[in-house]
Parts: sequence; structure tokens; C-alpha cells
Amino acid sequence: MPPAAPPCRRPLRHPIGRGGLWLIAAVLAFGGPAAAEIAPSGAASCSGCHGPPGDGGLVPSLAGRPAEEIVAALMQFNAGERAATVMDRIAKGFTDDEIRAIAEWLAGGGDQAAHSSQP
Amino acid sequence: MLAAGGAAAFYAPRALGQQAARVVVVGGGFAGASCARALKRLNRDLAVTLIEPSERFIACPFSNTVIAGLRDLEGQQFGYDGLKRVGIEVVPQAAVTVDAHARRVTVADGTTFDYERLVMAPGIELRLDAIPGYDEAAAEAMPHAWKAGTQTLTLRRQLASMEDGGVVVMSVPASPYRCPPGPYERASLIAHYLKTHKPRSKLIVLDAKDRFSKQGLFEAAWQALYPGLLEWVSLSFGGQVTAVEPADMTLVTDFARHRSDVANVIPPQRAGAIAAAAGVADQTGWCPIDPVTFESRLQPGIHVIGDAAIAGAMPKSAFAADSQAKVCAAAVAGLLRGEAPRAQKLVNTCYSLVGPDYGISVAGVYHPRDGLLAEVEGAGGVSPADAPPSFRAEEARYAEAWFHTITSAVFG
Ligand SMILES: Cc1cc2nc3c(=O)[nH]c(=O)nc-3n(C[C@H](O)[C@H](O)[C@H](O)COP(=O)(O)OP(=O)(O)OC[C@H]3O[C@@H](n4cnc5c(N)ncnc54)[C@H](O)[C@@H]3O)c2cc1C
Repeated sequence: MPPAAPPCRRPLRHPIGRGGLWLIAAVLAFGGPAAAEIAPSGAASCSGCHGPPGDGGLVPSLAGRPAEEIVAALMQFNAGERAATVMDRIAKGFTDDEIRAIAEWLAGGGDQAAHSSQP
Repeated sequence: MLAAGGAAAFYAPRALGQQAARVVVVGGGFAGASCARALKRLNRDLAVTLIEPSERFIACPFSNTVIAGLRDLEGQQFGYDGLKRVGIEVVPQAAVTVDAHARRVTVADGTTFDYERLVMAPGIELRLDAIPGYDEAAAEAMPHAWKAGTQTLTLRRQLASMEDGGVVVMSVPASPYRCPPGPYERASLIAHYLKTHKPRSKLIVLDAKDRFSKQGLFEAAWQALYPGLLEWVSLSFGGQVTAVEPADMTLVTDFARHRSDVANVIPPQRAGAIAAAAGVADQTGWCPIDPVTFESRLQPGIHVIGDAAIAGAMPKSAFAADSQAKVCAAAVAGLLRGEAPRAQKLVNTCYSLVGPDYGISVAGVYHPRDGLLAEVEGAGGVSPADAPPSFRAEEARYAEAWFHTITSAVFG
């Protein structure tokens, strides 16, 4: 847990009321380019199934989706409140803070953001 | 300069004005190709060289459907143009020696490549010294088909030309081996082929284990779909094959001699031969690694990912190889900048087809613990036992979607 909350200049529209998330979100939002480069814990695995936007695949693309939407879905999978084939089993392996960090990273483009910076 | 044996030795970031750091990757399968791409994504200034002898990669996932005649091998093949397009230097040669001290790789034509960090992803070597009688010639008569390609087609052809009423025998090794549920997916799809085309035939699976991945789901499905057709013989019931006699297509156990019309012998395995040559494989034949950076515990500066690595609880799967590749790439990119590596969780999901529209899965989340990758408790597990057919059909479609996504991401 970070010792003090940095000023949160990008307030979340729909706080989901889980302790600790705000601080982590704020830290991530201002983590600088180095932090943005390397995926947060677990996030690198997402693109095993979730492809780039517009790939027309059966599994929805997550790159650029709103963080709140991804957090909400993962929290529901984690709590077993949303129908799933494997995402319930996977989401149970992550803490609220990790879910938040993954969602923020994916919302920022995830692997795809790095892709588009290719020459 | 190099601390002998000190895999945890720290590396000064390169001084300004030096040439871009060079990372060499050996092996362009799921692990190596994914890692090369991830390195370029993380730092486009890195010079990344991929050493891979094959012009085209032939993927194992879904190759069991090729054996069962449900798909063609063409759909399993992928080239390296996508990697070249993002600036990766692809060298169509096999690596033959690695000098960990000089940090230099030599390839078959004698060219050398110096590296600051080396990532080794050579996959597996099939042990042709493990089952008496099962040597290179025997592997033609009794194919393993555990590396996709001509072996896959040989097994498919043999099944296609077998008479109705024939006996197919499979031999499955003890763990660890590539793709823990793979032999049982194969058994299922061969049973599907026999049921559809040669219903008087029989499949016997001789196993060197008493338990296997997704066992409950497989056995329930076999009961429902292939009753009387598929017989699984566990270790305790004499499943371990102790020798083969290819001349009369016989598999020998301590209890019986099994004559076959088609034999699929999946032998024990070890890390790809170059791993031992580089000094990163231990006496088990596999490569011990640090679970945070995937750096070898035996040779500093060399990272090992994919099937070749000892990844603790993580299975040897293409999904795991790709997850490891991206985590390893992040660690390597960070280490080259002088940053301390951060522990990461990794995910695996493996689908198996029990029939064309019947998929089952196992998933797991892993984290570094006590020097190994351990399962995160409370997560993961297999598909529900009591799911309706629509659920199985959905997982079969997800399996296909996964294969499309991962191969596009790695090779596309
Ligand atoms: C029948 C079957 C079904 C499977 N199904 C699935 C599945 O559904 N899902 C799943 O996730 N996994 C599945 N797998 C497992 C998957 O194929 C492997 O786990 C995966 O290929 C491992 O990736 P890798 O990069 O470590 O090895 P590989 O993909 O084998 O790649 C290794 C590469 O290294 C190269 N190489 C070797 N030696 C050298 C050298 N000296 N110099 C240069 N290059 C070298 C090889 O040419 C090869 O291209 C299956 C496997 C089998 C056999």
C-alpha cells in the first residue's frame, strides 16, 4: 500500500468502492513512460487470447476499452457473478490492486500501444 | 568480468554512445518468436536477432486434428516475415555452440553472434535413448508425431490406410513432457476418427502414469462418446512401455506384449539439444531458471523459456511459452537498462478437443514462490464436470479462437 495518496487528477467516474484501488490507480496514471512500457503483473498473458481491436475474433479485444469496464468485468468474474468459461478461473488469481493495474494498462492500449509505436 | 556461476550477478547498463544492445534469441517457436517480438515492442532500439533453422514453423497445437483428418497441415504453418517486418534479424541457421563466457553464439555455417543477453527457446528433443528399441528407424514405423510436420502426416497416413477392425496403440510417457493433456486429446480424436470411419477398431493407451491432466473430464467424455473403443491402461495396471519391437509392431510392458496395426509412441523428452551444449540443462535434461527473470541458474546472461525450462507448476504449453516470453522480454529489457526485475504473475490456459465440437480446458495462474513458479491458490482449475453440451461446444470454439489469436500475435 503506498504511504500517501498522490493528488488524483484523473478521478474515476464510477468508483467501485474497494479499498486501495484509488491509490494504485493514481500511482499508475503518473508512473511515467518506463512504467507504461512494462506490463503490470499478469497483464502480458492477456494477449494470448485477446487480440487487437477489429480482429473479429470470438474473444473480445480489450485494448483501449475503458478501465472501469474491464475492472467491473474482472471483479465479477473474480466473485463468480458473471457467466464464464475460463475467465472466472483466471480472475480468481488476481487481487483487486492487480486487476486495477491490468485494466489501466489495457485501457491505455496494452501490447497494442507498444505495437503502434513501431517505425 | 563475469562472476562464475553467479546467475544473479548484476550487469551495468551500457555506457552512452555504445552500439544498441544486442539480444540473441535461439529458437523461433512460440516462446522464442514471441520473446523476440516483445523485446522489439519494449525497446525498438534493441538489436534483436532470432536464430531459427526452419523457414516455416509448424505448430503442434491442433496437430491432433490433422492426425484425425479434421484439418490439413497447411493451416499449422507460419513464416517469419512478420518478425522481419518489425526489424528483427532472422538468421535461417541452427545454433551449434554457445560460449556463455564470451557471450557468443555460433551457427551451423560458422557465423558468430555476440550478445549481451541470450534467450534460449529450443523446445524439446525426443529421447531416442529412453525406450529400448525406439530409435530413429523405429520412429518411422511407430511415429511419435510429437513435433509437428512429416511425423504428423506419417501417423495420419497410417491411420487412414489401416483396415477397419485394426488395433491402434499409443504409448504416453511419465511427466514432465510437452503438453500434459496432449496425449489424451490425441487419443480422443483418434477414437473419433475410428468411430466415424473404422468402428470395429480399437485404441489402447499405454500410460506410464496413474493420473493425468483433466482426467475426470476426459474419462467422462470417453465413456459418453467412445464406449468400448478406447481403453486406457494406467501405470499400476501395466501401462508402462519397457521396449518396442518395430519389426512386428509390438509394444512390450512388464505384463503383456501389445501387437498393433498402428503404433504412436510418445517417448520421454528433454530440452532441445543446444540447451545441454550451452550448459543450461541440468541432469534431468531440462533447464533450471529464476522464476522472475527466466535467467538460467547455471549460466549468467542466458535466459531459458518455453518447453525447455523447468517452470515449476507451469505446464509445457504454447500458451505458457508465450506468457513466459513476454515476462522474460520485460526482464531482459529492464536488465539492459540496469533496472531490477519485478516479479510477475503468469497465466496458462490449455484447451483440448475431445471431439470436433467438444472442448475442455485447464487454466492456472502462477507466481514466483520459493524459487519456482507456483500455482496461485484458489485460482485455475478445469472446466466444470456437469456442463451442458453448449458449454463444451463453446470451449471448442474458444480453442480455435485462441489458436488464431496466438499465432497471429506471434507470427503474423
Ligand atoms: C500434439 C500436441 C498438441 C499440443 N496442443 C497444445 C495446445 O492446444 N495448447 C498449447 O498451449 N500447447 C499445446 N502443445 C504444446 C506446444 O506445442 C509447446 O508447448 C510449444 O510449442 C512450446 O514452445 P517452444 O517455443 O518452447 O518450443 P517450439 O514451439 O518447439 O519451438 C522451438 C523452436 O526452436 C528451434 N530450435 C531447436 N533447436 C535449435 C537450435 N539449435 N538453433 C536454433 N533453433 C533451434 C526449433 O526449430 C523450433 O522452431 C501441444 C503439443 C503437441 C505435441
